[in-house]
Amino acid sequence: MAQEGQQHPLSIYFWIWGLLFVFSFFSYMVDYLNFQGGLRWGLILLFMFLKAGFIVAIFMHMKWERLALKVAILAPPVALLVLVWLMAIEADYTFLTRITFFGEGAPLSVHH
Amino acid sequence: MSEAAMTETGGVIPEGDPGVVADFSADKQTFHVPWGKAMMWIFLLSDTFIFGSFLTGYMKIRMSVTDAWPLPSEVFALSFGGDPIPLILIAIMTFVLISSSGTMAMAVNMGYRKDRNKTFWLMFATAVFGAMFVSMQAFEWTKLIVDEGVRPWYNPMGAAQFGATFFMITGFHGLHVSAGVIYLLVIAFRVKGGYYEKRGGNYEIVEIAGLYWHFVDLVWVFIFAFFYLW
Repeated sequence: MAQEGQQHPLSIYFWIWGLLFVFSFFSYMVDYLNFQGGLRWGLILLFMFLKAGFIVAIFMHMKWERLALKVAILAPPVALLVLVWLMAIEADYTFLTRITFFGEGAPLSVHH
Repeated sequence: MSEAAMTETGGVIPEGDPGVVADFSADKQTFHVPWGKAMMWIFLLSDTFIFGSFLTGYMKIRMSVTDAWPLPSEVFALSFGGDPIPLILIAIMTFVLISSSGTMAMAVNMGYRKDRNKTFWLMFATAVFGAMFVSMQAFEWTKLIVDEGVRPWYNPMGAAQFGATFFMITGFHGLHVSAGVIYLLVIAFRVKGGYYEKRGGNYEIVEIAGLYWHFVDLVWVFIFAFFYLW
């Protein structure tokens, strides 16, 4: 089945292109201005997801694709969030046991 | 924007939620896009899992080491005769890659307008930006390996695992960029030489190459955020 070209006015690409530069600049500023803690993480993640979202939706045309394709491609990566969650728990536990049991001066070290 | 999709025999395929059911239960094809586009998307999905696994591994390592993790803004600072500017090379690399995404998007548009000349030059520009990116990454690697003594198993600035995660993730990404540069140049020269005119004047391949290239930029967005900024 012939697919007619997915043509949209060029202007939308320029707008999103500009937005990507703006978000990148803001992301860079988060580090340059030395934000810390929750604000740092929050802003880094926010700009990251905004940039990613616009790249996928507009540059990669996903916004204009049929829902079946959107779902088939965008739903599986949600499983990655589960992986991240599980690995974060694991890493936290690992760090805790290392502090507790290993090294000089560790509270419950078996070494004397 | 989207008119109702049609089957070959003129039947109308529903949009929206019923459209998903109709698509997945269709007897001939699920995705009403050229097969090359569907396959590129599926490949990119698999690549998402690959990079996702690497980044998750990096997260796990960084969270569980007891040694201090080297501070990216210090490690990746460059001085031009004055105070070191944090992350300046990374900022330039990001700028270059975003520029390349813009030229690629325009190339796709020009491809569908069948403007072979503009398509070629925009794809060529995209490839040049990509090559610049890889060169800068190679410079970064050289600086870290030769000047700073970073190895996959040791570095003098902090946790020993920094090198392994950094080289693995940026190495895989750089490999993808390099492959993309070659891919883009091959397609660009084919467009220029009329290869696709002989095959029905179909320039979907430019969009398919574009999907790959945008993915490469997308991965960088995540690496930039998680490795350099965090």
